[in-house]
Amino acid sequence: MSKSLKILCAVLALAFLSYPVAAQKLNLGRVALPEEVAAWDIDVRPDGQGLPPGKGSVKQGEELFLAQCASCHGEFGEGAGRWPVLAGGLNSLKSDRPEKTVGSFWPYLSTVYDYIRRAMPYGNAQSLSADDTYAIVAFLLNMNNIVPDDFVLSKENFGKVKLPNAEGFYDDDREKAEKAFWNKKVCMTNCKKEVTVLNKARAIDVTPEENKNAPKVD
Amino acid sequence: MDLRHKSTDQVRGNERVTSGTSGKTLDRRRFLTAAGLAGAAVATSMPALAQSPTKPDPAITELPDWSRYLGDGVAARPYGSPSKFEKNVVRRDVEWLTASRESSVNFTPLHELDGIITPSGLCFERHHGGIAEIDPAQHRLMISGLVDKPLVFTMEDLKRFPGRVNKIYFLECAANSGMEWRGAQLNGCQYTHGMVHNVMYTGIPLKTLLDQAGVRTNAKWILAEGSDSAAMTRSIPLEKALKDCIVAWGMNGEALRPEQGYPLRIVVPGWEGNMWVKWLRRIKVGDEPWQHREETSKYTDLLADGKSRRFTYVMDAKSVVTNPSPQAPLKHKGPNVLTGLAWSGRGHITRVDVSIDGGKNWSTARIDGPVLPMSLTRFYVDINWSGEELLVQSRAFDSTGYVQPTKEELRKVRGVNSIYHNNGIQTWLVHKNGETENVEVS
Ligand code: HEC
Repeated sequence: MSKSLKILCAVLALAFLSYPVAAQKLNLGRVALPEEVAAWDIDVRPDGQGLPPGKGSVKQGEELFLAQCASCHGEFGEGAGRWPVLAGGLNSLKSDRPEKTVGSFWPYLSTVYDYIRRAMPYGNAQSLSADDTYAIVAFLLNMNNIVPDDFVLSKENFGKVKLPNAEGFYDDDREKAEKAFWNKKVCMTNCKKEVTVLNKARAIDVTPEENKNAPKVD
Repeated sequence: MDLRHKSTDQVRGNERVTSGTSGKTLDRRRFLTAAGLAGAAVATSMPALAQSPTKPDPAITELPDWSRYLGDGVAARPYGSPSKFEKNVVRRDVEWLTASRESSVNFTPLHELDGIITPSGLCFERHHGGIAEIDPAQHRLMISGLVDKPLVFTMEDLKRFPGRVNKIYFLECAANSGMEWRGAQLNGCQYTHGMVHNVMYTGIPLKTLLDQAGVRTNAKWILAEGSDSAAMTRSIPLEKALKDCIVAWGMNGEALRPEQGYPLRIVVPGWEGNMWVKWLRRIKVGDEPWQHREETSKYTDLLADGKSRRFTYVMDAKSVVTNPSPQAPLKHKGPNVLTGLAWSGRGHITRVDVSIDGGKNWSTARIDGPVLPMSLTRFYVDINWSGEELLVQSRAFDSTGYVQPTKEELRKVRGVNSIYHNNGIQTWLVHKNGETENVEVS
């Protein structure tokens, strides 16, 4: 290699070295201010982390619920039309038609607070005060027969309330429980004698714009 | 020609991810008939060419307008859209499924598509508080929680990061096929399987951002949060976040569509679609899962004993024949192209088998196009239809050895109330007149 070429290579190597950004700290973005972190820090966990200070009674909650929630969820949380049902369904989880509600299915009360705070009332999210949210959660508990009429829910007593289905969940165990789906010996020919049609979608006819005219075959 | 033993080249050596599978036995034209599956040699009795008409075809003999007159100039369509003759190729919804269209779902028209990439405008939509319309200049992403430094990024910051990636992944809603647990309900693969799409994402690994903020050693989970009116949240194990999650602003080479989370969403490869939080505004790092509504009330799988599986994130291997299907009946006897899609959240598809007699006999399909992990994979079987009734099924195999189960096998473990994760084998009944419907068979 000629001397000038060597120099050129060295210069190029240097140029490239200083060019690609090594991972580490890039000084892109900026540090979030405490007020900014707080403004978005609305999430609540089962251990109570994230609950704001405050309290609210079943009675206050009832008023708020009737004014802001009942039009969709029904006066008793029974759900108007097809809007979600929020109360009832206890002991229905093994039945043919389980009814999954805050009372019958939800494992943690923190989820109720968190969800209402972030997403309800539908179409006017993040508009409820901390106290109003405590009150509405208290009323939902009362509708589900979990707390008495004179109950007041607060940040302090929040952790004492247990929901009926708290123990009803376990972590994904498909790799064990469904082990048979792996490395299965599959059959290719004459796998069964008879094939009968058990049911048809046509019979219940719930598909929109179903093509009712038989196609023409050539 | 007997098809039964022609498949092994696709199945062998699958630890490697292949891109394009035009092996020598695969590009040969192969025809499958019910008789062929039973073992008899077929492909002998191909129908004769169609009868020529007595009068010449005016489509040939008469000059059409588009051949004589000038068409639109370049300025007429600054952002192109499909031909007006494709107006049937749209997302559709099922009104009775949900109470309100803002918290609802529509479905990808799988039967109208081919290859593996879903056009952006046809990717199914599922949102919980309508589509947030966000000015990217006003959008911020915050990293907070158990980090050394909470950080805020603008969209411009994100696009200056080194290490940008492009990845093709399927996104399947965990409730895809959820209406079918108790039996065949909806007539059309758009409705039974259309809560899936497959696009190329552009963005940066989430790990890059987390490294900037400095994740504390006790961190185990992240919470992804959207800035829509549902403020959608999901807890994601930190291990997954660091492994392959992407913070993406691009799909199919352009910006995300508003309904897919413009300007920013998180990509969680192979895992249920609900976790891919759209309109992403915040990643909070923590030491426990948050147990929010979408991982307790929803997206948990209620089993027959009244207990529920939670954190069932990964999407099991699944496949469906998209043509023929109820919205795409057979119209011609003789040669027809049977095609469909297969995918797995655990790896890549190694093989797809097809039956046209309700699972009595199977034949391995030809895979065409890229075979990528956690991506839709396209398969074909060229059939020769003599007008007999068919019961069409497909079953997928993935690189972990998982074999797509029958619906009956699934129900044995999961009952009928789980709503989510229905990856059972689908059956289409093709009638003698070509009409096709959704059925279940013994
Ligand atoms: C305009 C109708 C409407 C109003 C008013 C409304 N909601 Fe809702 N609510 C909904 C819809 C729709 C959903 C489901 C949203 C989704 O699918 O993500 C929902 C979901 C919920 C859920 C979760 C249900 C479940 O089982 O997962 C709770 C709890 C709830 N709402 C509480 C409230 C409270 C409390 C109020 C009043 C402050 C309220 N809602 C006002 C429509 C409404």
